[in-house]
Amino acid sequence: MTLTDLSAIRTTDITKTFADRTAVDSLNLSIEEGELFALLGLNGAGKTTLIKMLCCLLTPTSGDAVLLGDSILTAPNAVKQKLNVSPQETAVAPNLTLKENLELIAGIYGSTRNEARSLAGEMLESFGLAERAGEKAKTLSGGMQRSLSIAMALITNPKILFLDEPTLGLDVRARRGLWRKISALKGSITIVLTTHYLEEVEALADRVGILHEGRMRAVGTIEELKTETGRDSIEDAFLSLTEQGQ
Amino acid sequence: MRASFLASRNLKEIVRDPISILLGLALPIAMLALFTQLGRQVPNAAFQIDNFAPAMIVFGFAFLTMFSAMLLAKDKESSFLLRLFASPLSSVDYMTSYAAPMIPLALMQCVATFAIAFLLGMHISASVLLATAVLLPSAILAVGVGLLMGTLLTQNQISGVGSIYIVIVSIFGGAWMDLNLLGGVLASIAHALPFSHGLEAARAVFSGDLSSIIPHLIWVTAYAMVVLVLAAVAFRRRMRA
Repeated sequence: MTLTDLSAIRTTDITKTFADRTAVDSLNLSIEEGELFALLGLNGAGKTTLIKMLCCLLTPTSGDAVLLGDSILTAPNAVKQKLNVSPQETAVAPNLTLKENLELIAGIYGSTRNEARSLAGEMLESFGLAERAGEKAKTLSGGMQRSLSIAMALITNPKILFLDEPTLGLDVRARRGLWRKISALKGSITIVLTTHYLEEVEALADRVGILHEGRMRAVGTIEELKTETGRDSIEDAFLSLTEQGQ
Repeated sequence: MRASFLASRNLKEIVRDPISILLGLALPIAMLALFTQLGRQVPNAAFQIDNFAPAMIVFGFAFLTMFSAMLLAKDKESSFLLRLFASPLSSVDYMTSYAAPMIPLALMQCVATFAIAFLLGMHISASVLLATAVLLPSAILAVGVGLLMGTLLTQNQISGVGSIYIVIVSIFGGAWMDLNLLGGVLASIAHALPFSHGLEAARAVFSGDLSSIIPHLIWVTAYAMVVLVLAAVAFRRRMRA
């Protein structure tokens, strides 16, 4: 079996340049099916730009990425049907109820109204939101809005899920709750997670990629990164790999 | 089918906001009642109910512009649109789903305004149905302007630009006065813009001057088509940005 067969995501020299800077620079990366891959980097490292390109929201300046056999350049609609994203900011429709939010996303990915209703019920149960199904999303706490946002990403049964700082701003209990939900998905969905919380990476990630100034500095398991840098913790390894001038 | 889910959501977002209902329906109706009363004290052809009811509908359409612009801008700024852009919806789906819910709202504006106008003494006949149909291109134009503004501007910018737009529609739409009273350049500008033509087409229905409807409608429809194309191009560019 070739590398292509195993890869859920494979980028080839993917590059994005804006007017005055290169946000992502000739990046080559392979993420396997079912893997939870954490993408780390300082602010401005290129994480969000990379995710936007993989989600077909930005066109690469050069290079390509293939997601489960389809190119983001030549088959963006096929790619979009396979993935879903939970954006950095909570992206819910505030005046819709929780159930309506879920039905909306199911519907725009092709479910019929009956299917959308049924899937929404399942997601509400699965995320412990059933009791508040009829309440408007804007009345939820930050943690519950994050849960809803992830449920909206999962209702389409994506093969690849992008979680952009899913626990940003949550209290410890809400964060741990979301970790459990994300952990339960491991193996069945390919997940690309961006976060600034290194304990989150330790708790969840199969492998880690460290992006710095648009280039991938290192890719490996947490132990491999510690060994590579000769540091005792992922935080020290991360700092070592993202020192200025590296 | 996919777009219908988003269209349904967009309609709910608007009608569940009480300010929308207040501005889009209650304000034009209140103005209709107020100025019709004023017209009884101070004779002014513009405030006669047959002339003023369609004028308040065209004025009310300016709020459709604000609704569609603010909804799109809010989605754009909240990451909700980013979530939608990652879905398989096409740019045509987006434009349709943001524009379509405004049509039932426009019809609601027409029905509510004509109903109040009837209570205020307007003679209601089948011509109301024709007038409603004649007013639809003005509604589509209003929505197109809203989509263009929502694509290009932020919520804060829309508050300012939208207010200017409403003033322009009010002044150059011919709701409050005979446009010829503006004189010279201002009258020419008013006649070049589409707002007064939408109103004049509806007024022509009630005056029985059916032959003058089509030229006015062509003017409004041409503007609406140009604005919709501009909005679609801007939105497409936004999706790819």
